[in-house]
Amino acid sequence: MSEIHAGTEQTGDVIRVRDLVTHYGSRQILNGISMEVHEGEIMVIMGGSGSGKSTLLRHLMALETKTSGQMTILGHNIDDLTMSEMSDLRKKLGVAFQGGALFSSMTVGENVMLPLYEHTKLDRATMDIMMRLKLEVVELGGFEDLMPAELSGGMIKRAAFARACVMDPKILFCDEPSAGLDPAVASALDDLILRLRDALGMSIVVVTHELDSAFKIADRMTVLDRGDILFIGTPAEIRRSSNDRIQKILNREPDTEEMDVDSYLERLTGEKAESDMYGSVQL
Amino acid sequence: MNESPIHPVTRTLDSIGRKTVTAVEEIGNGAVMIGQSLFWLVLGPRYGQPVRPGSVVVQMMETGIYAIPILTLLNAAIGVMLAIQGVYMLGIFGAENHVAVGVAFTIVREFAPLITGILIAGRTGSALAARLATMRINQELDALHVMGINPIRFLVVPSLFAMVIMVPLLTFYCDVIGLLAAGIYVESSLGITISAFFDQVTSLLSPGDLFHGLGKSLLFGVLICIIGVVNGASVTGGAEGVGKVTTRSVVQAISAIVLTDMLFAYLAIQG
Repeated sequence: MSEIHAGTEQTGDVIRVRDLVTHYGSRQILNGISMEVHEGEIMVIMGGSGSGKSTLLRHLMALETKTSGQMTILGHNIDDLTMSEMSDLRKKLGVAFQGGALFSSMTVGENVMLPLYEHTKLDRATMDIMMRLKLEVVELGGFEDLMPAELSGGMIKRAAFARACVMDPKILFCDEPSAGLDPAVASALDDLILRLRDALGMSIVVVTHELDSAFKIADRMTVLDRGDILFIGTPAEIRRSSNDRIQKILNREPDTEEMDVDSYLERLTGEKAESDMYGSVQL
Repeated sequence: MNESPIHPVTRTLDSIGRKTVTAVEEIGNGAVMIGQSLFWLVLGPRYGQPVRPGSVVVQMMETGIYAIPILTLLNAAIGVMLAIQGVYMLGIFGAENHVAVGVAFTIVREFAPLITGILIAGRTGSALAARLATMRINQELDALHVMGINPIRFLVVPSLFAMVIMVPLLTFYCDVIGLLAAGIYVESSLGITISAFFDQVTSLLSPGDLFHGLGKSLLFGVLICIIGVVNGASVTGGAEGVGKVTTRSVVQAISAIVLTDMLFAYLAIQG
């Protein structure tokens, strides 16, 4: 049973998802997700490996084709958009990918400037100033001439934030911002996310499995479990939840599943097996 | 109960069927890629996404200018090699003075486009496949999508445009280098001056011979680019996947070049 809290029908929703179902081949990944992201909030999407959180994020970024359901981004039903309308909508979205996804053939400055170069008619000097401003915001001032290969992991992520924010997007998506970073750098990135929200007033969607980071930055949290929403609510509400699976996540307990021995043997051998003597096994 | 194992013949047929479907799918992807490239080349400005001339120039430098030293070396060597063989074989019949006939036709109609195509496939086609594959794995292609930048317009069209222009130009350059090298050898071995050699060559060759080679090379350019892009974009896995698609793109491109060359030669003789 899922728990839904905290104002799900506000009018200031920048993202609204209804009954989103998606498959990879014959495997169903999302089983009818419904959720909203309110204007100006930081929504953290959490869940274990294989819970569907990355797939959900790719849908929110309009990078995947859904099986069924409806999705509205900044008031636009994405099914109704023409190619040029979708292109216009994308200019209002920023994404900081898990690995940064900086273009390795360009300098940090050129990476940050690319959206301006492609989508605006600004002169080079103005683009230079905007690029340097964004790099200052992420504390990378003076690094614009370096190549991405010359940056550390934390610096690459900050440069990715600068590029994601250079067009002043309405919604910023962050995929595992603190993954693979040491705690101090991860905490600095959390502060950066909060600062971006406060300074630029954007709505931010963060996918993470880092509990400390999630509770530090989230206004609301969505917890996914095997393609279903387990919980939507504030960090305080999630702490109070009596749901067993939520408590396991909060207490960092491993996800276990009951499986009968025949299914277990079938998974190991790839062949159907029959047994009536072992009962069930714990995986 | 265990299910009966799949019969080896069935498994082989299944494997052949899957590979056939994959091959047809890749050819279809290539055709779609060409269509989309033409779409963005022509209609890109209307959608606020014109093809940047700067990107095309960068690709032309990469594909064409930087390949000149190695192409010069290879084509000079082939020109000399053909001249050596021509002088030797025609010498058997006492007709070595007519060596320009064989050398001119062979270089202009066959060797210059073929060597240029093979070298560009190994050099630029593989680089294109590796670049796109790495970009896909690093989510750079997703980043382009999310930024509202069409990857085909941004990455493929400049490369395709550069190939279509530079491969025929390089082929023409290789015609000249191959003939020049052959002429130098002929002068040193038979005493026929280079100007006399080139007089023979120009009197023998028709514009049709030249355009036969250049037309082929244009087609080679398109094939190299599309094969590189289709392979690069279909990468799965990590670094190992990049290596696989890069190797596959070179093998496929060279095979496509040789088969197309054979088809061209056959059709030219029929015509």
